Amino acid sequence: MAKIIFNHQIDSNIYHLKIAGKYKGSMGQFYMLRGWNSYHPVLGRPFSIFDLDNKSVSFIYKIVGEGTNLLSKLKENDNIELFGPYGRGFPKAKGRVALIGGGMGLASLYFTARELKVQSSIEMVHIYLGFKERAILVDLFEKVSRKLIIDVGGFISQKVTINSYDYVFACGPEDMMKAIVHQKRSEKTKIFISLERRMGCGLGACLSCTCQTREGNKLTCQDGPVFPGEDIYFD
Amino acid sequence: MALYFLGRIFILISILQVKFGKIIFKNPVIAASGTFGTGFEQHFDLSQIGGICTKGLTLCHRSGNKGIRIWETSSGIMNSIGLENKGIDLFIKQDLPILKKIRDEGVRIIININGSTIAEYVELTALLSEEEADIIELNISCPNVKKGGMLFGITSSAARELVRQVRSVTKLPLIVKLSPNADDIVKIAQCCEEEGADGLSLVNTFKAMAIDIKKRMPVFDNIYAGLSGPAIKPIALRMVHEVCQKVNIPVMGMGGICNGRDALEFIMVGATCIQVGTANFINPNSCLQIITEIDNFLRAEGLSSLDEIRGII
Repeated sequence: MAKIIFNHQIDSNIYHLKIAGKYKGSMGQFYMLRGWNSYHPVLGRPFSIFDLDNKSVSFIYKIVGEGTNLLSKLKENDNIELFGPYGRGFPKAKGRVALIGGGMGLASLYFTARELKVQSSIEMVHIYLGFKERAILVDLFEKVSRKLIIDVGGFISQKVTINSYDYVFACGPEDMMKAIVHQKRSEKTKIFISLERRMGCGLGACLSCTCQTREGNKLTCQDGPVFPGEDIYFD
Repeated sequence: MALYFLGRIFILISILQVKFGKIIFKNPVIAASGTFGTGFEQHFDLSQIGGICTKGLTLCHRSGNKGIRIWETSSGIMNSIGLENKGIDLFIKQDLPILKKIRDEGVRIIININGSTIAEYVELTALLSEEEADIIELNISCPNVKKGGMLFGITSSAARELVRQVRSVTKLPLIVKLSPNADDIVKIAQCCEEEGADGLSLVNTFKAMAIDIKKRMPVFDNIYAGLSGPAIKPIALRMVHEVCQKVNIPVMGMGGICNGRDALEFIMVGATCIQVGTANFINPNSCLQIITEIDNFLRAEGLSSLDEIRGII
């Protein structure tokens, strides 16, 4: 059990949850969160690490169902269970890096940007964020990138020239990630995408989150959630 | 722990130790098929649990079902994985060596097998009989594959024939995992006993259904799926009670066990061991917590063994 430091509403149905404690994690990994004692709902919910330091871990989430609705009711000092970090996140990168987030996909990119910023192999980090209605967390992302491009209501994938980067890390709707993978023309550019799937356990046991790849079925929770873009067969 | 002096050797015997037929388990808690894996090592030392039951194994590799595979309902989950597994050859090559290491630490390894014909079950059993495993669990109760599986778990005549033929090809302890969807679960249990099964495990998931009302379609591509979790516990408990009244072979009870109290209920109605499934998804430490809670109960009640409360109801 851990204590909640804050659970702020940052948009109409989007929340920023910060939990006290020293937690591990690397870029693109996730935790399973469970903030209720009852069996309704039964399972915890997977969330990418939004940020991490020596005293806390934080997450950004949107209310989409019962689990996230219950999470949104939690207050400062309430207890929450979290299990993780799980999954394989973004790999080490070098040179020019683009981070592309669509909607709640931005949740895994802030910590990634912070981590990349301190790596000596990185020349620059550009961040592209696409939103349907309203941009959020812009001030935070501005601090961790040399260039921040925001799109509201359009297609963020159309604002990126994929081939001008050595590494592209993307997280968001599958159509967005598909468009990015299809835009790739240069062998030099390596694209990694973070998938979202309905999960049961988060650690490779239940086989609920299978995704289809060129190497056959893989588990989003254990083999991913980050995969090389060209390996994935999109739904 | 009780300390016995035997010659010059001290033997530690836990009060949690149970005997399932001839097999000794260090404690009665077993991770159920399809709910456990090496990923749990990051949470606790796997050598602490009584046993591990492997994900359902088939002769050939299976990709499993398409579409949604897991869906929540009040106090339960429905799954439609469809026996995704790598097939027995790769299992023996890749997974069994890992399981053997855990087995060397005293954890009992139960291999769950599935077939769509009797011949497939027989072949799987024969192949596994050469290997180091403690128990073969015949899964005759998977509701998520269209062909076979549960077919043998519905009628007692089909179950009888299957157990008879599988029994003839192995000396390894054989248990049969029963379906709550059976026509008459007690009768099937008795048939398995008569044909030489060393034990039973029950119950598997309940055949269930969910509808996406916006799409006006079933949630699952297979239409039906298997319901597990706390929602099924009272019915599972009743079935274990009924079966334990009528058979003399040991029973592994399961169905929504989430804590020590649930586990003790199953033991009080006659189960020798218990399997923990869905709870492993809720909290990866569930097996360990259940072991601790059973131990605490025995100590608080001044009991020296689970034998003192098993089947008292």
